[in-house]
Amino acid sequence: MSGSLNFLAAVSVGYVALLFVVAFLAERAALSGRARWLRSPLIYTLSLSVYCTAWTFYGAVGFAARSGLEYLTIYIGPTLVMVGWWWALRRMVRVARAQRITSVADLISSRFGKSNTLAVMITLMAVAGTTPYIALQLQSVTLSFGAFATADPSVVASDIGSNNATAFWVALALALFTVLFGTRNLDVNERHHGVVMAIALEAVVKLFALLAVGIFVVWGLAGGIGEMVARIEASEISTWQVVPSRWTGLIFLSAAAFLTLPRMFQVLVVEIEDERYLRFASWAFPLYLLLMSLFVVPIAVMGLELLPAGTNPDLYVLSLPLVNGQTSLATLSFLGGFSSATSMVIVASIALSTMVSNHIVMPIWLRLNGVGAVVSGDVRYVVLLSRRFSILGVLLLGYVYYRVSGGGAALAAIGLVSFAGVAQFLPALLGGLFWRGATRSGALAGLSVGFLLWIWCMFLPSFGPDAVISAQVLAEGPWGISILRPQALFGMGGLDPVVHAVFWSVGLNALAFVAASLLSFPSPLERLQGAQIVDVFAHTSSGQRWRGGVAQSEDLMIMAQRILGPAEAQALFSTVAKEQGSEEFLPEPTPDFLNRLERELSGSVGAATAHAMVGQIVGGTAVSVDDLIAVADEAAQIMEYSSQLEAKSEEQERTARKLSVANEKLTQLSVQKDAFLSQISHELRTPMTSIRAFSEILRDEGGISSEEQSKMSAIIHSESVRLTRLLDDLLDLAVLENGQVNMHIESGSLVAVLDHAAAAAGRPDKLRILRNRESEIVPLSTDLDRLSQVFINLISNAQKYCDADAPELRIEVRKTRTMLQVDFIDNGSGIPREAQTLVFEKFSRLEGQKESGAGLGLAICREVVGRIGGTITYLPGQGGAAFRVSLPIAVTQA
Amino acid sequence: MTEMAGKTVLLIEDEPNIIEAIGFILSRDGWTVHTHSNGQTAIEAVETRAPDLIVLDVMLPGRSGYDILKDLRADAATAKLPVLMLTARGQMKDREMALEYGANRFMTKPFSNAEVLEAVRELAAL
Repeated sequence: MSGSLNFLAAVSVGYVALLFVVAFLAERAALSGRARWLRSPLIYTLSLSVYCTAWTFYGAVGFAARSGLEYLTIYIGPTLVMVGWWWALRRMVRVARAQRITSVADLISSRFGKSNTLAVMITLMAVAGTTPYIALQLQSVTLSFGAFATADPSVVASDIGSNNATAFWVALALALFTVLFGTRNLDVNERHHGVVMAIALEAVVKLFALLAVGIFVVWGLAGGIGEMVARIEASEISTWQVVPSRWTGLIFLSAAAFLTLPRMFQVLVVEIEDERYLRFASWAFPLYLLLMSLFVVPIAVMGLELLPAGTNPDLYVLSLPLVNGQTSLATLSFLGGFSSATSMVIVASIALSTMVSNHIVMPIWLRLNGVGAVVSGDVRYVVLLSRRFSILGVLLLGYVYYRVSGGGAALAAIGLVSFAGVAQFLPALLGGLFWRGATRSGALAGLSVGFLLWIWCMFLPSFGPDAVISAQVLAEGPWGISILRPQALFGMGGLDPVVHAVFWSVGLNALAFVAASLLSFPSPLERLQGAQIVDVFAHTSSGQRWRGGVAQSEDLMIMAQRILGPAEAQALFSTVAKEQGSEEFLPEPTPDFLNRLERELSGSVGAATAHAMVGQIVGGTAVSVDDLIAVADEAAQIMEYSSQLEAKSEEQERTARKLSVANEKLTQLSVQKDAFLSQISHELRTPMTSIRAFSEILRDEGGISSEEQSKMSAIIHSESVRLTRLLDDLLDLAVLENGQVNMHIESGSLVAVLDHAAAAAGRPDKLRILRNRESEIVPLSTDLDRLSQVFINLISNAQKYCDADAPELRIEVRKTRTMLQVDFIDNGSGIPREAQTLVFEKFSRLEGQKESGAGLGLAICREVVGRIGGTITYLPGQGGAAFRVSLPIAVTQA
Repeated sequence: MTEMAGKTVLLIEDEPNIIEAIGFILSRDGWTVHTHSNGQTAIEAVETRAPDLIVLDVMLPGRSGYDILKDLRADAATAKLPVLMLTARGQMKDREMALEYGANRFMTKPFSNAEVLEAVRELAAL
């Protein structure tokens, strides 16, 4: 092995190590809640650059050298999508958010009634389409290594068999990186801060490298812009003709792939933090692409001119600096290509492993283990494990493909085959997002047709004549049937093979999709999901009043039939329709009708459920469709069951019992209300008494020393503050108890929330707080302000009531399988046993306290923690007063 | 202010600022003011201080003002001792209860200083 290769290997290892460090630091920053700057429109835009793989970095120049300006189509497609189709992207992002979508397979299968068949199909197609692409990245790295090693620009793929080891080690390092940062946390819906940060860094590296080589070529080799233009004019590239069919086909293809490539979906949709980032990216990403494409033609022209014939044009970016003795520039260029390849492989394998794991491995595992739909804490580990193995599997597949294919085809050709493969998702994806009439059968039909045609017309022929398909079949069709010729289907010869394949596969795919959708009927779940997704903007906006479109009547009918039984539902609907003066069977979903329907439904399933059900269809509430279907099925079963019973007397008895319970509760409530009012009166009047008395003294009495005067003013002031705080607490509590409070879910970390609370509680001189910050590094996703309010209350309670000589408060954090526990334990004399359950009640204050407080703090804490989904309890037997805040483990999934 | 010289008042109240305020007003008027803030030991305080008048809060830690009043009235030595009751709970039934247990006057917080002075003077003249 030559010295330069050793050097290059060291550079690569160093670069990957840098990625590790960047990803690690980003993850850590995200954990500690300092993730704000990590997620900005700029980082988002840069992460979109996974679109630019080694194919773009090296291959665009090759493309230009072979086919002139045509390489631009690959940039124009995404630009058109970002600029002109941002509204489609926005819809996709919104849907993915609302439905917790993790991949393109997930999105399409969710839309079509959560069909796992569809998901499996798309996953397999995505793997088939992406594996060659991953192989391509490995190949490009190996090729560039080879070019460097021999310093011979005429290296061709077949010469580098000895470099298989390179590809293997690269694949292994990337697998390690992806497993580490792609499946770092237990939460499977987690976004990958570290990975995205690393990808953003790679975006900068590859842009910088390409620009550097471009500048060297134009000013260093060609001798300036004027000279460069002249050389371009003189080169054969300028004589290339624009072929309109190929341009249209390729622009369409790259635009479609931009939306459907698994790795693009990952960064565009899954990793997005805020849908407003799209606005920035809609101009910034095209700008990035523009910069990436700026020097492609000059490099291609100079490569053709200066390098010996037979030099692989895909490596001009590397060879031009190399043969001109610019070793450091060549190294930079190598790094650019390396980062293009690695970022693609990392993101693609995350995206694919998510699909493989969620739609293939996990369903099989669940079936084998008979776990059914029950998801317990253990499953998370299984998910994680299956993701990790899926990543290894995907990369292994890419490596095997690379070994088997021998890296024969030109880079751009493999890329286009991949693009066309994933473009088959487009009809189902767009149809699902925009057309309520689309059905699962339509999606299945379209995808099958498209995929088969893609394999026949593009994938198999891509290996070359006689590799998989014999030259004879290519020329004459299978069994001599000429209309089935792979590159001249149905007699359509004379077209460019790529355009031909895209035209037939996507065209017939869309046709089959539409036809089968029109001919089939959606299941109720599909209808619901269809309504949810197509009307995503109506559903996710707020709005209390029911409003509906005509199309919803059908959905309402289906729902009502499930609950009320067909006869009754139909009677109701036709009565209302008649009242509305409509000729049709289905009434308009007017507010009146909706309210009436809700009442009818509530007779069977209860008011809340009925409201949720109507809301689900008409919009406004957030109940998952699964819940709803479960409720509906349950209700149907209960109805059948109860009609079998002679339920009357039992029913009456139950009603009577319910009534007496309700009555008792009302009496109790009334007593509680009186006591509460009396308490409030006391709490308000007490500070007012001091304020009034001292202000009267100051007003009426003479001869008071200035010292006394200021003491009295201080009392008036502190009592006013107490009064204000009391009112604030009361209002806060009223809002919390009425459930009118909106939680503002944010991501952060426990340590930051505790830091904030300790600082806000103040008076560090009065109370020493003992913490183990290491254990507090827990990511949180909940209402951080409210949580902090709870912690502040607990800390200031310890400040006020801990009666030790040297008051101390220990804060201990523990994570169990289901709960996150934060304990606050002071070293005072604690709370007597009989008072321990009372402390959380409103206005409960302990006897003989020196410090004043209204006794609302812990009541507020209890309400707040309840809202977050946790509990707060007194921990007896800890020596001092001890409180435990237990939060469901779900809040730790930032 | 001289006519009150030497007379003692026992202020049974637990809010420090209110003790401070009432104490200030009464001292200026010539009263000797003793204070006590625990309900449970209030009766003993009355016995040791032997005041001419008591200002008694209703909500006290340990024991309520009503119970203390009941005990005072049950004991012959203190049955006639003038008691001014103060409460921050302004409901009708609080007033009724205080008068039923034998308070001489009942006032709701917040009060005006003049009112308190006037009430105390009136009670002392009894």
